[in-house]
Amino acid sequence: MLIISNLNASIDGKSILKGISLEVKAGEVHAIMGPNGSGKSTLAAVLAGREFAQVTEGTVTYMGRNLLEMPAEDRAREGIFLGFQYPIEIPGVSMVNFMKTAVNEHRKYKGLEPLSASDFLKLMRDKKELVEIDSKLANRSVNEGFSGGEKKKNEIFQMAMLEPRLAILDETDSGLDIDALRIVANGVNKLKKPDNSTIVITHYQRLLDYIVPDVVHVLYDGRIVRTAGKELALELEAKGYDWIRKEVNNS
Amino acid sequence: MEKDQDKLLNDVTSGEYKYGFYTDIETDSIARGLTEDTVKLISAKKSEPDWLLDFRLKSFRQWQTMKMPAWANLKIPHIDYQDIIYYAAPRQRPALASLDELDPELKKTFDKLGIPLEEQKHLAGVAVDAVMDSVSVKTTFRETLAESGIIFCSFSEAVKEYPELVRRYLGTVVPYTDNFFATLNSAVFSDGSFCYIPKGVRCPMELSTYFRINAANTGQFERTLLVADEEAYVSYLEGCTAPMRDENQLHAAVVEIIAENNAEVKYSTVQNWYPGDKDGKGGIFNFVTKRGMCRGENSKISWTQVETGSAITWKYPSCILKGDNSTGEFYSVAVTNHHQQADTGTKMIHIGKNTKSTIVSKGISAGLGQNSYRGLVKVLRNASGARNFSQCDSLLLGSRCGAHTFPYIEVDNQTAIVEHEATTSKIGEDQIFYCNQRGISTEDAIALIVNGYAREVINKLPMEFAVEAQKLLQISLEGSVG
Ligand SMILES: Nc1ncnc2c1ncn2[C@@H]1O[C@H](COP(=O)(O)OP(=O)(O)O)[C@@H](O)[C@H]1O
Ligand SMILES: [Mg+2]
Repeated sequence: MLIISNLNASIDGKSILKGISLEVKAGEVHAIMGPNGSGKSTLAAVLAGREFAQVTEGTVTYMGRNLLEMPAEDRAREGIFLGFQYPIEIPGVSMVNFMKTAVNEHRKYKGLEPLSASDFLKLMRDKKELVEIDSKLANRSVNEGFSGGEKKKNEIFQMAMLEPRLAILDETDSGLDIDALRIVANGVNKLKKPDNSTIVITHYQRLLDYIVPDVVHVLYDGRIVRTAGKELALELEAKGYDWIRKEVNNS
Repeated sequence: MEKDQDKLLNDVTSGEYKYGFYTDIETDSIARGLTEDTVKLISAKKSEPDWLLDFRLKSFRQWQTMKMPAWANLKIPHIDYQDIIYYAAPRQRPALASLDELDPELKKTFDKLGIPLEEQKHLAGVAVDAVMDSVSVKTTFRETLAESGIIFCSFSEAVKEYPELVRRYLGTVVPYTDNFFATLNSAVFSDGSFCYIPKGVRCPMELSTYFRINAANTGQFERTLLVADEEAYVSYLEGCTAPMRDENQLHAAVVEIIAENNAEVKYSTVQNWYPGDKDGKGGIFNFVTKRGMCRGENSKISWTQVETGSAITWKYPSCILKGDNSTGEFYSVAVTNHHQQADTGTKMIHIGKNTKSTIVSKGISAGLGQNSYRGLVKVLRNASGARNFSQCDSLLLGSRCGAHTFPYIEVDNQTAIVEHEATTSKIGEDQIFYCNQRGISTEDAIALIVNGYAREVINKLPMEFAVEAQKLLQISLEGSVG
């Protein structure tokens, strides 16, 4: 589904991603872990098409196409969803209006008619239940005045509405209490279909108790320094990131 | 990064004017320039009574002693008032018996503008007076309105048919000495609309005037007078467009509104004069004086404006709250893109007791546009219990445009409560990316955000125009992406 090969990217001339290669197959769940500042969010941003990071080398193939050539909105319409580490507030734009536009843009791209108002509202209702989000949130402006936990749930709610093929969840667990974490993780699991893939970016192992990864990568200083099965997450939890740091610096 | 964002915003905000066609119709115009003879000629062409000619001449003499105001936050190029044609009328047979006699070219123009001139379109429920260059062309729906005693006609007709009404109210809200542009208008106004709603009548439909400047080098100086007698109600809408021309054209209108006891007037404007091209060439100079007088108790006047056009806008629709318990409202969205400049706002003058005013101003700047809000809230000594709430928001698209706020507050009564809130925000690259990531294009993202931002004002427009205004906002800010 997604093949990243020797990806290098820089921000304002500063090299941030330094030769990342990885492959996510249909149906797989990958976890990307690593200390703060190692480039996890930058990788997610590059995949989603945010232009502030410049790709200097390497390729990304998504569903057989050159992902890096596609504008951000087409990547989204082709099924790439990014759950933001810091969801953005858009004052004055209601969640209902925002999601209606998003859903209908996805439909238009697929050659489908826009949803009728009643079908759309029904869809909203169903998906809200799935992620147990307060129904009042839907009438408020996008993320405006939402608590940290509400923002994260709202990301998963949007994911539920858009049914992506490849979801990239950037630290969706951070700032959540254990109940919220369980709700978010359950939501993600319920949305999982056999052919869909997920990249879970996280700092902590605890989310991976709920969303069980097939592969775990450790990203450190712009490089993937370790790739293994889910036991790697437990090892990291037990030993922290310091041993990785030491190993990398020694070699 | 700042640069990328600017480029992005620049790409999507460089759309061009869509009403810039010119109609080739014969016009009857007088020579350029302005002297006492010009004023007399205009008056004679319209076979006006002496009292009106006197009003014009008084105004002209006053105007000669005046200077163009320089206090606005605008860069106004030199205007040669002797190089303007002060009267241009589409030439047509006099006294139209029916719409069929209307010049077909003229009719095509109005069709292009989507003005429901045709009888069958009356189903749309909007009565329209259309003013082309200087002359009012046709007022629809007149007979239906007349049944409930409502007068809605061109200003010239009103002078002929209801001279006593016109004379009673003309210049009572905007005196001929008021300001440079209003005084100029008082001397040379050519036509406009007149509306009178008698006691106790709720006008059953929206009344609407469309203004269009067509002929070259012509100034448009229309005069609108709107009177709501006791217990009357009317909602009135004004729309305007002009062809694209390289030279600037002057528009200096005066609108006067009078609301008697318990009367209510809603006046909505969708202003879409030609703004000039991307490089700032051409465009309308829009210097307008609009003022309403809440003369009666419990009366109410609301101004709602969506200003997307004109190269320069100088405009402060105001309310004089004279009657006790009267209410004034001002809801405004003003867009400046490319090289457009706007200095707009309102004045709320609280004279009566327990008078209330609300100001909601939403400025949107893009490109190199400069947008200023200028507002005065004045509470006079006897206006005990007066209340004002003002909200002035500015939205910036890009970093080369500007937003400025000049609120003036003068309070002479201790019981008055005056509140002012202001915010400035910027459409961020992160907001646009967030939308992109959900499958929404940059162009649609900007429309979504701008419409959300302006919604509070758009919602005040009559339903059928809210949609039009929303589209207009979109058009004036968007163009081709990528
Ligand atoms: N907008 C930005 N401008 C400049 N530097 C940035 C920006 N975003 C991230 N960086 C830098 O890129 C590096 C990686 O950051 P990030 O991808 O956010 O790491 P992580 O998500 O793993 O914590 C850090 O050194 C950070 O300071
Ligand atoms: Mg991060």
